[in-house]
Amino acid sequence: MGDNDNKLLSVEELKVYFRSEDEVARAVDGVSFDVDREETVCLVGESGCGKTVTALSVMGLVPIPPGEIAGGQILFRDQNLLDLDDNQMQEVRGNQIGMVFQEPLTSLNPVFTIGDQIGEAIQIHQTAPQNEIIQRSQQLLKDVGIADPAQRLRDYPHQLSGGQRQRVMIAMALACDPELIIADEPTTALDVTVQAQILRLLETIQKERSMSVLYITHDLGVVSKVADRICVMYAGIIAEQGKKAAVLKTPKHPYTQALLASLPNREKRGKRLYSIPGTVPNPAYKPDGCPFHPRCRHAIQPCREQYPQMCDYEDGHHARCPVLFNE
Amino acid sequence: MNAMGSHNNTILQVEDLKKYFPIRRGFFQKITGWVRAVESVSFIIEKGKTLGLVGESGCGKTTVARLILKLLDADHGKILFNGLDITQLDEKEMKPLRKEIQIIFQDPYGSLNPRMTVGQSIAEGLKIAGIHSRAQQDQRLEKLLKMVGMSPASSDRYPHEFSGGQRQRIGIARALSVEPALIICDEPVSALDVSIQAQIINLLKDLQRQLELSYLFISHDLNVVGYLCDKVAVMYKGHIMEYAPADALFDHPIHPYTHLLLSAIPDADSSDTELMATADEASNTLNPPAGCSFQDRCPLAEERCQKGALEFIKAAPDHLVRCWKVTRNGTYSF
Repeated sequence: MGDNDNKLLSVEELKVYFRSEDEVARAVDGVSFDVDREETVCLVGESGCGKTVTALSVMGLVPIPPGEIAGGQILFRDQNLLDLDDNQMQEVRGNQIGMVFQEPLTSLNPVFTIGDQIGEAIQIHQTAPQNEIIQRSQQLLKDVGIADPAQRLRDYPHQLSGGQRQRVMIAMALACDPELIIADEPTTALDVTVQAQILRLLETIQKERSMSVLYITHDLGVVSKVADRICVMYAGIIAEQGKKAAVLKTPKHPYTQALLASLPNREKRGKRLYSIPGTVPNPAYKPDGCPFHPRCRHAIQPCREQYPQMCDYEDGHHARCPVLFNE
Repeated sequence: MNAMGSHNNTILQVEDLKKYFPIRRGFFQKITGWVRAVESVSFIIEKGKTLGLVGESGCGKTTVARLILKLLDADHGKILFNGLDITQLDEKEMKPLRKEIQIIFQDPYGSLNPRMTVGQSIAEGLKIAGIHSRAQQDQRLEKLLKMVGMSPASSDRYPHEFSGGQRQRIGIARALSVEPALIICDEPVSALDVSIQAQIINLLKDLQRQLELSYLFISHDLNVVGYLCDKVAVMYKGHIMEYAPADALFDHPIHPYTHLLLSAIPDADSSDTELMATADEASNTLNPPAGCSFQDRCPLAEERCQKGALEFIKAAPDHLVRCWKVTRNGTYSF
């Protein structure tokens, strides 16, 4: 990964483990990727692949213990976030990095109004007179496309629809003009039509404010709409990364190929869907060698013993599968 | 053959189904309004085929499922199962029919008793089906588990010991235990990961072929519906807006709402399609306007859309659309 000034976030060889009495779950096991300025990077993978833990580590929100950062660094504007203490991290979180979660109803406090909660997000990082905070909250709601913002500020979360709540969450994430937004499955709980609106909103806001977005999702369809670059995660590692078109059109890792082949759609009608045999491994008992080898149709003997090398294709496209690389 | 195209291959015919829920307020629980959850729903499911019922949350899809299962009583309309109107049956008359219509839920964990082993859960169905001898039960149990791709040893284990995909297989085995003819699949794969989703979809297809099952497949995922279903009914605020064979619906969608839904599909294969500009999200079904229920979001709405009830218009012999703007010969396009 070449150095350039355009780099905003750089995660290098990050390892996050969770310890319990008799086992260690290696949730994130050596993950490296960059997010450039004004770029959208998608972390995509199935449940338990470590995508959310990666995002939480960037925000400094991994509970320690049982969690443990076992190695690597997270450089945000050339500063290693893992070196910061709680107070310094508080400065970054919400201020320079905003976060949007999956379930807006559980991340909004039901007993405070929308206005209280957006105001709080501003006040944590900045001091401003009350009327200015109200004004800025109204502007934020307007920016995320909520009609009649003055009235909505007095509403409680339950009075809003799912799509509106997610807009409020985005407004809160934007409150301090962050440079990076981390969006963890922001549209998973929403209807397709509302999902389309929220995706478009995020895109517009990103352009207007020249922000970067780290998008975490399991939905390859959503990825194809929003991503500039894609990192496909499996069992705590990045199996493949590269530009969107390269990864979706010419996938070089058997896992990515299998995922795309198993997506149902109209064109595959009447044909049998490819299905990946078996299930995702338990992070505490991952197989030796390549974690995907028990489910892989290209697996050969070395896959069972050696941890696979990252193989480089053109234009920043990497895949951790020497078997397909050598073919 | 009647208006909806019914013939003796039909397993389920739903005609003009309505269900309103009262809203009660105040100390005396006075009825202050009605939620029109299902308002004029008609469709047909043929033997061995799959009908997809799609729509956004709150459009009434699940209420339709509950009406067909007779977990709720319809306010109006007919549900003909093999020609017999089940809305008229009382609890006793319904009992033998109950095992003909089964359901698979979205969240199999919520629908399996955590204190019963998988074997016990499935055996409940077998007892209802009249298989009481232990030996016969065990034999049938083994066969059912094999059918859904699980090892017979799993019958002694508890639901929490299984992954989401395995639990969904157990849910399917339990539905199959009474040898139903029709299975209502209520979002059966939406909670599953992509790789597991493909396994379950393949399983549902295999079972359909082996056992000649008919499915009512309720989903909001148009990619899955496009893959799996023979016919599709698009539902909006209690109305069926468009009803057509899957190919016709996806290739030549007619209703503006179908266009809206299709344009919102995120599809990994066509990364360059633009997201259609949509109006606000669906308002509630509390006080619907007169006329077309989609008028407030429709980009083509005009004055006549606010008047009177809409009837289905035949754009093609088996392609029905609830929209003024469709011409009788189906030449309608945007």
